[in-house]
Amino acid sequence: MSDITAEQVAHLANLARIALTDDEVTSLTKELGQIMHAVEQVSEVATPDVPATSHPIPMQNVFRDDVVGATLTPAEAVAGAPEHDGARFKVSAILGEEQ
Amino acid sequence: MARAELMDFDQALELFEPVIGLEVHVELNTVTKMFSPAPNPANAAYHDAEPNTLVSPVCLGLPGSLPVVNGDAVRKSISLGLALGCDIAESSRFARKNYFYPDLAKDYQISQYDEPIAHDGEVEVEISDGRVFRVPIERAHMEEDAGKLTHVGGATGRIQGAEYSLVDYNRAGVPLVEIVTRPIFGAEADAPEVAKAYVSTIRDIALSLGISEARMERGNLRCDANVSLRPRGQEALGIRTETKNVNSFRSIERAVRYEIQRQAAILAKGGSITQETRHWHEDTGTTSPGRPKSDADDYRYFPEPDLLPVVPSAELIEELRAALPEAPAARRRRLKAEWGFTDLEFQDVANGGLLNEVAETIAAGATPAAARKWWTGELTRLANAADTDAASLATPAQVAELAALVDAGTLTDRLARQVLEGVIAGEGSPQEVVDARGLAVVSDDGPLIAAIDEALAAQPDVLAKIRDGKVQAAGAIIGAVMKAMRGQADAARVRELILERAAAE
Repeated sequence: MSDITAEQVAHLANLARIALTDDEVTSLTKELGQIMHAVEQVSEVATPDVPATSHPIPMQNVFRDDVVGATLTPAEAVAGAPEHDGARFKVSAILGEEQ
Repeated sequence: MARAELMDFDQALELFEPVIGLEVHVELNTVTKMFSPAPNPANAAYHDAEPNTLVSPVCLGLPGSLPVVNGDAVRKSISLGLALGCDIAESSRFARKNYFYPDLAKDYQISQYDEPIAHDGEVEVEISDGRVFRVPIERAHMEEDAGKLTHVGGATGRIQGAEYSLVDYNRAGVPLVEIVTRPIFGAEADAPEVAKAYVSTIRDIALSLGISEARMERGNLRCDANVSLRPRGQEALGIRTETKNVNSFRSIERAVRYEIQRQAAILAKGGSITQETRHWHEDTGTTSPGRPKSDADDYRYFPEPDLLPVVPSAELIEELRAALPEAPAARRRRLKAEWGFTDLEFQDVANGGLLNEVAETIAAGATPAAARKWWTGELTRLANAADTDAASLATPAQVAELAALVDAGTLTDRLARQVLEGVIAGEGSPQEVVDARGLAVVSDDGPLIAAIDEALAAQPDVLAKIRDGKVQAAGAIIGAVMKAMRGQADAARVRELILERAAAE
């Protein structure tokens, strides 16, 4: 069985911005371990003649032409935002840095 | 680190070998964005659009919206990859790079990870003394740009102390190609200049392909510079820093130089370098620490389920390869041979960024020597005085016309410089300025002979010397005649006439 540690679960929770209690970390560590074990079973049956796939449908090269389509107005764009200045989204400044 | 605490650059080079790596982002100039049909602000038609006027549901990550790849962006990316000497992937796919920051509303950036569109290339880079470095390219991948944040309430417009931030998603989704070099070894003391020349070469390639406006000041071209040092004789690479926010060619050179000196000072004292991003400050010429570099694992890359693989056909790749313009390094070699310039003459033109201007001036009829003389001489002097580019002062057609007027004997060099000033001042074409200002050389011998006779009569001692065979004495008369003609005479013709008149009398 794959090992996943409580530290890894806490780290992932932090990356995903999910607040977990210690109890939740403990239970999730156990559950994620079981999920990884299930995935491992898939690895056991995968053979080199079964190529990895990222998509269930065997399609490729779906492109659109470089032609302008419909856009939103600034008012429409910010319509669902909790806060805005009429044209731009207003967000909290306590945010660290750009990636 | 204050500049006084840095290690001397030459001393740093004695103790350490600098190893640099460069990441350059190129914004493509397609009409629409990478994954959405919203207009692309990196295209000249949509510069300076008002905030959030170039957005679709895809740009905002609205629920239910789905990305569709812009075929033209893929073709331009392949062309760029080919121009970088890369192999084009038989199959390429997109990946999600997950991070939380409001510059992308989806909470992930669509990028490429394990299957970039182009890989394993090489770019020839020429530095100012004419030496050529080969910069190895690891990969070039397609991705989307992020939106722009304006921090409000802080004293400096920076994030520190800001009360809130305003987000404009016009730039979100602009097609980008990120070009990543392998570590560049062996540049030694030239490392800062190689870094600058590399980015400049990427700009030249992008411009020659017509795939980007490639203007650093607009952010069409952005550079992150990785620098590490290893002690002489050590095999293992040192810990690197990644300097961001380097927004001009000159800054790239300065930032790499600064990092070499900063890291050397730390290492020489027995300290260690922190692996981190650093921010370049143009005003102080220093870098400051940013965030610790995240592990790639923390971005939890995974294949983008909303997009299908890109599998370029061999026919498409060969079609784009056949349409590639001449590589900048090859073009330089060809032009240098065609123009017959010495190394120094050619570097003068190339380092002044005047290759296109000189080439177009020659195409408009000027000789290579005249084109070079005007662009690297008077025009560069005037541009430096006005703190601008020579190319912004006059057009190649105007310079060629000016050179033709000199060749035809209508203008002396001195008069031509006055005409050029008129052209720059917007008084019209060189011929129009000549006509309007009455600046042409007096080619009618009548007025010249009158002025010569007058000068000879005023200086009989000089006349006597000329008659005694001391022809160099004629210089005094030439000066007097040129003054009388307000410079509008051909000195060689004046000299001929002086000798004729002195002999005749």
